[in-house]
Amino acid sequence: MRVTVDTARCVGAGQCVLNAGAVFDQDHDGVVELIDPGAADTHPDAVELAATLCPSGAITVHRD
Amino acid sequence: MTNAEPRVVDFPLRRPGEAFPPPRYQDYREQRGLVVSHLPNGNRVWLVTRHEDVRAVLTDRRISSNPDHPGFPTISQTMGVPRQEQIPGWFVGLDSPEHDRFRKALIPEFSVRRVRELRPAVEQTVDRCIDAMLAAGNEADLVADFALPVPSLVISALLGVPPVDRDFFESRTRTLVAIRASTDRQRDTASRELLRYIDRLVAIKQNWPGDDLISRLLATGAIEPREMSGVLMLLLIAGHETTANNIALGVVTLLSNPQWVGDDRVVEETLRFHSVADLVSLRVATEDVEIAGQLIRAGEGIVPLVAAANHDEQAFACPHAFDPARTERHHVAFGYGVHQCLGQNLVRIEMEIAYRRLFERIPGLHLAVPTEELPFKYDGVLCGLHALPVRW
Repeated sequence: MRVTVDTARCVGAGQCVLNAGAVFDQDHDGVVELIDPGAADTHPDAVELAATLCPSGAITVHRD
Repeated sequence: MTNAEPRVVDFPLRRPGEAFPPPRYQDYREQRGLVVSHLPNGNRVWLVTRHEDVRAVLTDRRISSNPDHPGFPTISQTMGVPRQEQIPGWFVGLDSPEHDRFRKALIPEFSVRRVRELRPAVEQTVDRCIDAMLAAGNEADLVADFALPVPSLVISALLGVPPVDRDFFESRTRTLVAIRASTDRQRDTASRELLRYIDRLVAIKQNWPGDDLISRLLATGAIEPREMSGVLMLLLIAGHETTANNIALGVVTLLSNPQWVGDDRVVEETLRFHSVADLVSLRVATEDVEIAGQLIRAGEGIVPLVAAANHDEQAFACPHAFDPARTERHHVAFGYGVHQCLGQNLVRIEMEIAYRRLFERIPGLHLAVPTEELPFKYDGVLCGLHALPVRW
């Protein structure tokens, strides 16, 4: 599983941090950042949930 | 595309004695396409009730939140989104990209980390309100004595309102939201007093910045001084009665479902189950757009009903059951899209701490009247209680 984030779309709802805190964080400006993209494979369900809950479509899960 | 004539239904304002969400929502969800309704002023609007369709409406760039667009739904003179010329900085009434400048400046104030830092302040506020109730005897109105003051005191601390002014701030915000207990004139006066107070506070923070939201927001330079009072009033109003209603309705639900007391999953399920902001996310199409196979013309109003979406059987198993153990988390109680509630994580910790401390400290808490006699709100856009009489 590969996950990418679009910081320009992020509206800082924080759903990703709440539900998959091992993979996502919010930077100083409150915008999404990937702290450990590799951890997505360890927490696939949490990453999927974060992508589903993100209100602005800033998280994309790739299966390639 | 659906060619059949859409069904026309009554506008879903609350009806006394009716369950919430109203059973007719299920009927609307089962219709093909969308149903049509008329606002109290006679304007025609589309009602959106399925979870999938509500999310589609709230993320479509051809659908606007700006009340300046012709056809924008206005529920009443006193309810709904004010125009920018009335209150500059009221950014829930703006679309991207104009909206984003405000949102981006405020995001750091409500990040998960920042909100966690506010936890001790929220705990202290909740405990003080409980102290005052316990000191006053063995009964209280949990709306006036707890559910309303907690979010007001939390937001005033966040904004940097000096402790000495917090009673003033709280009493004026309470007048503003107490639709039944105050007259239009009292609310108008309270609103002007609050705006004047906020303007003065902003001027003080410009000269003597502190460690608070207003000072930090001013330092970003992203928001013009004339927009500050609109932004701050919006934070105050958006975070006050909504949170209060969630606290009060959650307590009522816990009193009749005591097996869930002490379980923090109650917070998320209360948000979904009660969906207090059912009628808040009003929209208008700025181009022709198709939702659920139904053509919506440019200039037609759209009313996504979040309580209907949150009780959609296609999205939630047994949606009418209060079940904090459910695994579906994708409710739209805070809206969806770029306008999704900025303060949602603060609301979550306020609810969590309010329920936990209340039942820990007052284990004998019970309703002072039968549930069916509780005064539910039927006269606003939010669902909630006018009062919640309790004893212990």
